[in-house]
Amino acid sequence: MAFKIISASCTACSACEPECPNNAIREKDGTFIIKPEKCTECIGYFDDPQCVAVCPVENTCVIDNSYPRYQAAG
Amino acid sequence: MASHSELNSIAVEVAKPPEAIMQEIAEHKGCGTSGGSGKASCGSAAGQGDLSPEIWEKVKNHPCYSEEAHHHYARMHVAVAPACNIQCNYCNRKYDCANESRPGVVSEKLTPEQAAKKVLAVASTIPQMTVLGIAGPGDPLANPEKTFKTFELISQTAPDIKLCLSTNGLALPDHVETIKKFNVDHVTITINMVDPEIGQHIYPWIFWEHKRITGIEAARIITERQLLGLEMLTAAGVLCKVNSVMIPGVNDKHLVEVNRAVKSRGAFLHNIMPLISAPEHGTVFGLNGQRGPTAQELKALQDSCEGEMNMMRHCRQCRADAVGLLGEDRSAEFTTEKIMEMDVKYDSASRQAYQIKVEQERQEKVAAKQEELAELAGEHSDIKVLVAVATKGSGRINEHFGHAKEFQIYELSTAGAKFVGHRRVDLYCQGGFGEEDSLDTIIRAINDCTAVFVAKIGGCPKDTLKAAGIEPVDSYAHEFIEQSAIQYFKAYLDKVKSGEIVHVERGDADIRQGAFVAA
Repeated sequence: MAFKIISASCTACSACEPECPNNAIREKDGTFIIKPEKCTECIGYFDDPQCVAVCPVENTCVIDNSYPRYQAAG
Repeated sequence: MASHSELNSIAVEVAKPPEAIMQEIAEHKGCGTSGGSGKASCGSAAGQGDLSPEIWEKVKNHPCYSEEAHHHYARMHVAVAPACNIQCNYCNRKYDCANESRPGVVSEKLTPEQAAKKVLAVASTIPQMTVLGIAGPGDPLANPEKTFKTFELISQTAPDIKLCLSTNGLALPDHVETIKKFNVDHVTITINMVDPEIGQHIYPWIFWEHKRITGIEAARIITERQLLGLEMLTAAGVLCKVNSVMIPGVNDKHLVEVNRAVKSRGAFLHNIMPLISAPEHGTVFGLNGQRGPTAQELKALQDSCEGEMNMMRHCRQCRADAVGLLGEDRSAEFTTEKIMEMDVKYDSASRQAYQIKVEQERQEKVAAKQEELAELAGEHSDIKVLVAVATKGSGRINEHFGHAKEFQIYELSTAGAKFVGHRRVDLYCQGGFGEEDSLDTIIRAINDCTAVFVAKIGGCPKDTLKAAGIEPVDSYAHEFIEQSAIQYFKAYLDKVKSGEIVHVERGDADIRQGAFVAA
């Protein structure tokens, strides 16, 4: 799985972008998006997914179930 | 990046003679210039009060740091810093209404390059614009790259503009050196408590060292970082103002303690602001019915802290993209679209000439006040009255009652006329639902005042005001506020003495919780 941003809730405040350890987040058309293939759910970096922890609007960065669970290498 | 070509296209040249520019500005403000040659006399003590000369030099044309300056000089905020590192119960980052005026609200975000161009465009149009602040809509220091890039660009193209920023303080200790490096002269820290027990009811969480931290632990970290940041700035010689939001039942009594804590750490000015809270804002406080203070509750707290340090009472709690004199908002004239089309000519010579003119006007105003005050010497009375004043700047009573978007409040006593606050009376944006009767709104907003000074007023509102016990006064039209107020107070005392009128204590007044329609 990866995280995704619910664009209707996103305020485009950009707080998540620099916190992402994978550089998976960027601005697109007035909202921010997470590149699912880059997202590791912060596993291996931090205890908490950074985009979720910093986002000012609850339930905006959420798990995207259409992607398989991220597996840390090794 | 488009930035360089944009900036390079700004021609720096002397475009118009200073007199022409002054006339344009005067026309915008609705008052004529009196002509005459300008001569700087900055060394004088106009409005200096008990400030040291070094501090006075730093604040004398900073509208947010000097009550006296705010009649004459304008500021602008650029919204380059959208991200925030804490959550406050009085803030809702999802809310954005073009007609809304309060901190944290903006219509569009800017890149540092767009911001730099906007600053030049505004400075060229409004020569009394002397201060550029970054106040969000998030926290400037949670966006350090954007914030400091903006300062860098502006200090290159418009070095005469003072730079300032406003922060929640969480990241402040990490950036004191950079603040100093970019010559940021003024920093405002919002400190709502120095006790984590209280703080946990104001801050639901912070983002700290890659974790979301909640409750009392979050509040403890915030207060430690804020006070450390304040101490470091003071030690570095940066002037610090502290903002506090007064939240009745949460931190209202505690703010006296906050006042002592920040004073002892070198804060220069304390600005206690009323909570802005309405359900339609979608803030935690708005939704759970937390009320803001009344006008008299706010004034009593400000008065009780005043013995300790300078209190700011002229804060308009403006938007993070506000432009103009405090109390006016010209941001709609300077949208990115309009700026990009503008042919910007940054002309420091005419800006300077205009500012010399402003200084002259300030000297005249202070002289007039001193003269009037001399006549009050020897009088002693316990009577104090509040008066509301309709003004559009320059320290004069020069606004029509019906056009006033706010009234400035002065407390009159035998000690003189003292500015103690302002009341917004502009139409309320209620998300499109209903409009109150504006005259009733005004009366509620200035209900604690004995009189209202205006340049002009119609017969109908005059009668309604009188019926409410507020005397409409238009005999001082276009005169200086303080001089007129002292004259009025002398006559008032005489009438009380002779038995012509009876002095009555007025009641309380409302602080508008809503937004205002900018244009």
